[in-house]
Amino acid sequence: MNKILEKEILNPTVHKMVVSAPLVAKKAQPGQFIILRVDSEGERIPLTIADYDREKGTVTIIYQIVGATTEKLSHLNEGDFICDFAGPLGKPTETDGLKKVAVVGGGVGCAIAYPVAKKLHDSGAVVHSVIGFRNKDLVILEKEFSDVSDKMVLVSDDGSTGRKGLVTDALKELIESGEKYDEVITIGPLIMMKFVCKLTKEYGIKTVVSMNPIMIDGTGMCGGCRLTVGGETKFACVDGPDFDGHLVDFDEAMARGSMYKTQERAAHEHACRLFSKEAK
Amino acid sequence: MANMSLKKNEMPSQAPDVRNKNFREVALGYTPETAIDEAKRCLNCKNKPCVSGCPVNIHIPEFIAKVAEGEFEEAYKVIAQSSSLPAVCGRVCPQETQCESKCVRGIKGEPVAIGRLERFVADYHNAHSTEKISKPEPNGHKVAVIGSGPAGLACASDLAKKGYDVTVFEALHVAGGVLVYGIPEFRLPKSIVSKEIEGLKDLGVKISTNTVIGKTMSVQELMSEEGFEAVFIGSGAGLPRFMGIPGENLKGVYSANEFLTRVNLMKAYKEGSDTPIQRFKSAAVVGGGNVAMDAARCAKRLGAENVYIVYRRSEAELPARAEEVEHAKEEGIIFRTLTNPVQIIPDENGFASKLVCREMVLGEPDASGRRKPIEKPDSNIEIDCDCVIMAIGTSPNPLIKSTTNGLETQKWGGIVADETGKTSIEGVYAGGDAVTGAATVILAMGAGKTAAKAIDEYIVSKNK
Repeated sequence: MNKILEKEILNPTVHKMVVSAPLVAKKAQPGQFIILRVDSEGERIPLTIADYDREKGTVTIIYQIVGATTEKLSHLNEGDFICDFAGPLGKPTETDGLKKVAVVGGGVGCAIAYPVAKKLHDSGAVVHSVIGFRNKDLVILEKEFSDVSDKMVLVSDDGSTGRKGLVTDALKELIESGEKYDEVITIGPLIMMKFVCKLTKEYGIKTVVSMNPIMIDGTGMCGGCRLTVGGETKFACVDGPDFDGHLVDFDEAMARGSMYKTQERAAHEHACRLFSKEAK
Repeated sequence: MANMSLKKNEMPSQAPDVRNKNFREVALGYTPETAIDEAKRCLNCKNKPCVSGCPVNIHIPEFIAKVAEGEFEEAYKVIAQSSSLPAVCGRVCPQETQCESKCVRGIKGEPVAIGRLERFVADYHNAHSTEKISKPEPNGHKVAVIGSGPAGLACASDLAKKGYDVTVFEALHVAGGVLVYGIPEFRLPKSIVSKEIEGLKDLGVKISTNTVIGKTMSVQELMSEEGFEAVFIGSGAGLPRFMGIPGENLKGVYSANEFLTRVNLMKAYKEGSDTPIQRFKSAAVVGGGNVAMDAARCAKRLGAENVYIVYRRSEAELPARAEEVEHAKEEGIIFRTLTNPVQIIPDENGFASKLVCREMVLGEPDASGRRKPIEKPDSNIEIDCDCVIMAIGTSPNPLIKSTTNGLETQKWGGIVADETGKTSIEGVYAGGDAVTGAATVILAMGAGKTAAKAIDEYIVSKNK
């Protein structure tokens, strides 16, 4: 049982929680994830670690309410407990030796991209951040990114905040303007990462993506999170979640990610109905 | 007077067309009368060949003699001297290749139903024993056990009985390892596993779930920072293998581990479970072991109309327990032997729709001693299925190997350990599937017990 110490509503569908988890905090590094179960009947879901404090023994998670489990999680408050919280899992993002990096985040993926940007900044690298959201109401971590970035570009699909356009447009401009990056690190929706990789491939810039497939155990046991990387089957939980984006088969990953779409939607609606009944 | 019937007493079971729609236990167990009658078939012969067939050398004729006398608790005490998990092993051991294969009664007729008697005795004890387990006097030494499957549980139990302060570390949210995530409820009810675990806790064993050794803590940290004098690694062989054929990553294709974990551990079979499972019409399970049988029978119970076992050798080579194969057939599982998949074809939505296979013939024996399957040229078999489950084996989990400096491993990932479980690191022992690769519950349990003995000797000699 892990206690929720702080809860913050970042936007209507994205919440942040600071959770007491001293053992996880002690080892956590940017790029790693945890597996949680909200209650004793719950499913196991992976969430990437957004921040951690080794001294206080806390781990921060930021999640988007998309299904039954995140819906249930969003109804917990400060002082409540999360039934199971295991980690840190996966390999940390490699940042050694990087001098200049473009960090490209999309939507809730920015929550995962932020600790990576911060670590790079703290280690003395030049960080250019491109963060994109659908509209101004969905923006998260704008200030945090700006604090750790030498240059930051905010874009939105509808132009309601920052520049109108896609992250790929902004990244392309930076590259075209002569910025030379050792690496691009991109975290966000699969379709966004796919197109970031397509772009950087044209310019020959090494690109690392963070994959977030369906998982159960997170320790290499089920193989549900498998994906094809450079023609080989890899498990995101133990071989990743970071991979060379130019080698990832994104189309396959997108198809696998939709496997339980119908059931997930039904379960989410069911959870919502239960909560609205309770509220009445 | 010995019972000279050539046949075993039959195991009362749920009818096949009833049980293939529910997840309750298939075999219902002997009554005391049947158990006594069956026990009387044992000739109590001088050589006791059955004992040598048992990986943990249970004193089989002795316990059976007690059953014949109706002294069931006494029988339990005999078994408990050698086995930590009798209620489990009575259900899942491949008795036909172990104890029962050596039984003298099997020369002419059927062997004594040793497994069924073991199960009866353990169940009788669990239902009737009022004896409170008393905590042994602590000896002040701490031992860590990694993994709560059969190897870890057996090791923890034996050490706790000697007074060690034992903590079992489990990566998942519940203890039991393969006994809870792998073997289905209808073959091994989870209440039996939790009873065993409660027994361990009564002995003073601490169980730390959600703790992934290799990630949350390393083996070295357990010893240098947490004060454990010895560590037993029983992390199993959890990494699923795939065939590497086209279409294997389509939607609707599972490893048996994922499929069984969803169904057993996460209870996806229950209405309203938070963990989803695909609803499918036809499932093809690739493989011929117990895991394949379990997956096929779960698929049937989830409502699939057609469930196939697709196996590249012939029926004689099926590695599954005879009883599981028999049960699977009774429940309507269709066996497609001498059939080897080469491709999975998707439907228009990207779900599996067809398993394309080649017909096989058996050639000369291979390294395993079994006749090697060879593809028949130009053969083509197509099986319509919207779910494919790969049950072709597992490899040891790499998490501990990759995070423990100095731990010697085999090329294929197994931890190198001597016959006592000793590894290349002082104070670190290992056993079960993590050392041998995928094997049986009883072998893992035996390895856990052997290592417990070695750990005790190691700590005693170190503190002299």
